[in-house]
Amino acid sequence: MGWVTPLGNDLDSVWKRMCNSESAIATIDRFDASSFPTKFAGQVRDYDWTQFVKDASVHHEPAMNSQFALGAARQAWEQSGLGECDNLNLDRAGIYMGAGEGVLDFSAHSMIDTHSWNVEDGKVDAVAWAKFANDKLDEWGEVEQEPNMPLWHVAKEYGLQGPAFNCLTACAASTQAIGEAVSVLRAGDADVMLSGGTHTMLHALGITGFNRLTALSTFDGDPKKASKPFSKDRGGFVMGEGSGMLVLETLDHALARGATPLAEVVGFGSSADAYRITDLHPEGRGPAAAIQGALSQANIDPTSRENDRPPVHYISAHGTSTQENDSIETKAIKLVFGDNAKDVPVSSIKSMMGHLIAAAGSVELITCVMSIQTNMLVPTINLDTPDPELDLDYVPNVAREAQVDCCVSNSFGFGGQNNTLVVKRYIN
Amino acid sequence: MNRIMTNRIEVFRRVVRPQIIKVQFATMPEQQEQIVISGVGVITCFGVGIECLWDAMMDGKTGIHRIERFDPSGFTSQVAGELAEDAFKVRKIVPKSHRKATKVMCRDTELAVGAAADAVANAGLTTAGTSDESPTIPPNRVGCHIGAGLISAELNELSAALVTSQKEDGTFDLAHWGGEGMQNLTPLWLLKYLPNMLACHVTIVHNCQGPSNTITCCEASSGLSIAESRRVIHRGDADACLSGGAEDRINPLALYRQHCTGRLVDSDGSGDMHTLVQPFSENAKGTTIGEGGGILIVESKTSCDARNGSPWCTIDGIGCRQSFADSPLEADPHAIASAIHKALVEADCQASDIDVIVPLGAGIKQLDDAEREGLKEVFGDALPSTPTITTVPYTGNCMAGNGAIAIGVGAKALKEQTVPARLGSDSTDGIDAAKNKPQQMPINKILVVTPSEGGQCVAIILGRMEAKT
Repeated sequence: MGWVTPLGNDLDSVWKRMCNSESAIATIDRFDASSFPTKFAGQVRDYDWTQFVKDASVHHEPAMNSQFALGAARQAWEQSGLGECDNLNLDRAGIYMGAGEGVLDFSAHSMIDTHSWNVEDGKVDAVAWAKFANDKLDEWGEVEQEPNMPLWHVAKEYGLQGPAFNCLTACAASTQAIGEAVSVLRAGDADVMLSGGTHTMLHALGITGFNRLTALSTFDGDPKKASKPFSKDRGGFVMGEGSGMLVLETLDHALARGATPLAEVVGFGSSADAYRITDLHPEGRGPAAAIQGALSQANIDPTSRENDRPPVHYISAHGTSTQENDSIETKAIKLVFGDNAKDVPVSSIKSMMGHLIAAAGSVELITCVMSIQTNMLVPTINLDTPDPELDLDYVPNVAREAQVDCCVSNSFGFGGQNNTLVVKRYIN
Repeated sequence: MNRIMTNRIEVFRRVVRPQIIKVQFATMPEQQEQIVISGVGVITCFGVGIECLWDAMMDGKTGIHRIERFDPSGFTSQVAGELAEDAFKVRKIVPKSHRKATKVMCRDTELAVGAAADAVANAGLTTAGTSDESPTIPPNRVGCHIGAGLISAELNELSAALVTSQKEDGTFDLAHWGGEGMQNLTPLWLLKYLPNMLACHVTIVHNCQGPSNTITCCEASSGLSIAESRRVIHRGDADACLSGGAEDRINPLALYRQHCTGRLVDSDGSGDMHTLVQPFSENAKGTTIGEGGGILIVESKTSCDARNGSPWCTIDGIGCRQSFADSPLEADPHAIASAIHKALVEADCQASDIDVIVPLGAGIKQLDDAEREGLKEVFGDALPSTPTITTVPYTGNCMAGNGAIAIGVGAKALKEQTVPARLGSDSTDGIDAAKNKPQQMPINKILVVTPSEGGQCVAIILGRMEAKT
């Protein structure tokens, strides 16, 4: 497993910081956001992608999302030990990414768009626009906008030539990528899948888009206090960026090369709300179906008890800190877990690093595996004002020791695509 | 906390490399279910439906012409497979309850919604999008996988807002934009341009509550979506899926992005458009953009039979591979051949069993050469005598929609037992892809191959339906 996040760029240090309830949310300094309704974000800092590749020249000029993915993939690949596997069949080593688009050069685009505006016609002069574009835009930068470019860079770095997919289901993308990568392995189409997500929308147009949707927090105080999932005074999500990557492998293949599994992926559920573009179904129909589907695949009855506790020991919530999401997600958890719901700890790492959009799910699944490995639950920070209608155990503010053998990770995308993964402790 | 952290680190230190995430197999059902295409919906520059595209291909009539949607004079490639603005109005085909939502549809989404409506009707399915009657298949058993591209913003809409933040000296005032200018963008602006909106609108219109995904792998998006639909049905999570892709590149920004790849043919729209795109020709100069796509109803044969559906063809095998090339713009013959080999193994057949090939054949020399080399690796000496069908000279390269169009045409060819006319060059070395008239012939299996910008490659083998007894 590997990640590049606003809290750091290696497994151990990020995990420590989350267990210490630290926030990475700070004033945006990648562009001047001082006049924007939202002026803060979870920004990746002190990161040099060239330290994570064998030969940077192979990658031309990767966009920032690809840079993040290369760093996360390197950590995962090295931890897996596949680099020392001499007989890896690269046609059976695939990749499934949930990557967002590259970073748009807003400075250049805004100049071109405004200079080619024809006041009399009230529209862009396409001929002038083309001329400005040819003069001012970086051609390779535009090619790197395609969402499948991180896939190309990562596959190129490791010579992966098996099944290759990129999906982009907004905030649910990397959870979906991992779930479907598992499905590819189960279908017998690959032995190994490198999977996860990467994304940054931390640029002027990205912040603009979410500000106009009124989805972002405009908290007027210490930025570290801005992301407050499940709190009564939650006021929208905080933008983050980064990447999480995992090496997924069939057990037979792993054992044959002497690998030690970190965890088992035992369930994946996927659904569509099919309700409205702008709203979640009020009863949490889609999220509940995804959670239920994942648990069914894992042969887990969420309403049962094992050793006097629920069979799921932690839920990594989508937990965006918007009024609607946190309320609906809580309803969905209650719908699926019934009387057990209040006994299952739920937390949102978005409170500490913001919302990594397409990459969020992969980073959150890694959090689940880390919880299993360390028997620690990371907290939902900034939960100082409980919402009386949200009455689950959100692991408020402080990390907690617990026996963690089974985790659920939720991701719900704008537009209604919902995905849930279940991971368990690997027992030989 | 310090004690806990120390313990945690020790746990890590005890862990011996290598470490991986293991996948459990316990609940995986056997993959025996036959999968069929039970409905075909296509939208291209010729209009909505497979028939108008097929008719054009039988007549050897291209839909590529000089772009009319905007003045393309500033570009070296000024042509496209463009659908007339008034030939398709999405408001007319969505239920009344979804008409308001059409305001937040970009063209790509409109195309997907149009193709989906066509596919659902073609399959004889009742959904929330067709009537108030009970759906043919329960909503939670219907999935939706629609490939999409990098959706480019409508420049007039965005620029109208941006100019409000232009200073008197012509420079852009970011401070003004953040404070006031952005208020001139419609609040839901962003939602128009998220690639997953194609699938989201379609799931809402037709009330598909099963698994839904958005594959964004350029030209391979449709084929990979179909691969995913099949996998979802095989694992028991759906009985049918609306599957395919759509994309619109007829927008200055989208055209510019394609221009940046160096893949477009120079043309101002004069001259014979029928020979502009020349798949597999030594003289190929590049491809053209297009708009369109297709949605196929990918369904388990059990489900199709139970509702007395009339499938077009079977999906016998699929192979997916990633290129290993020096650039994401280059294709890799090995990946193409490997994908085809995988599809052949799944279909339990030999290359000699393939009657017709539908390659991408985009008229991009490096890509065509790689396709030919990959095909030759599989077909050997039989390649020059195996007929091909090429769609790009008719429709332009519809990117994420391209594969679904190709599969729709392949399904039609199986049904009609006919290879439609080909456009392009008079001669193609080593592959039967030169200009030709329609030919009737026995067709039992068709191979559809789609390599993409970014290196993904998908091969799909379609099989002829056996006559019902």
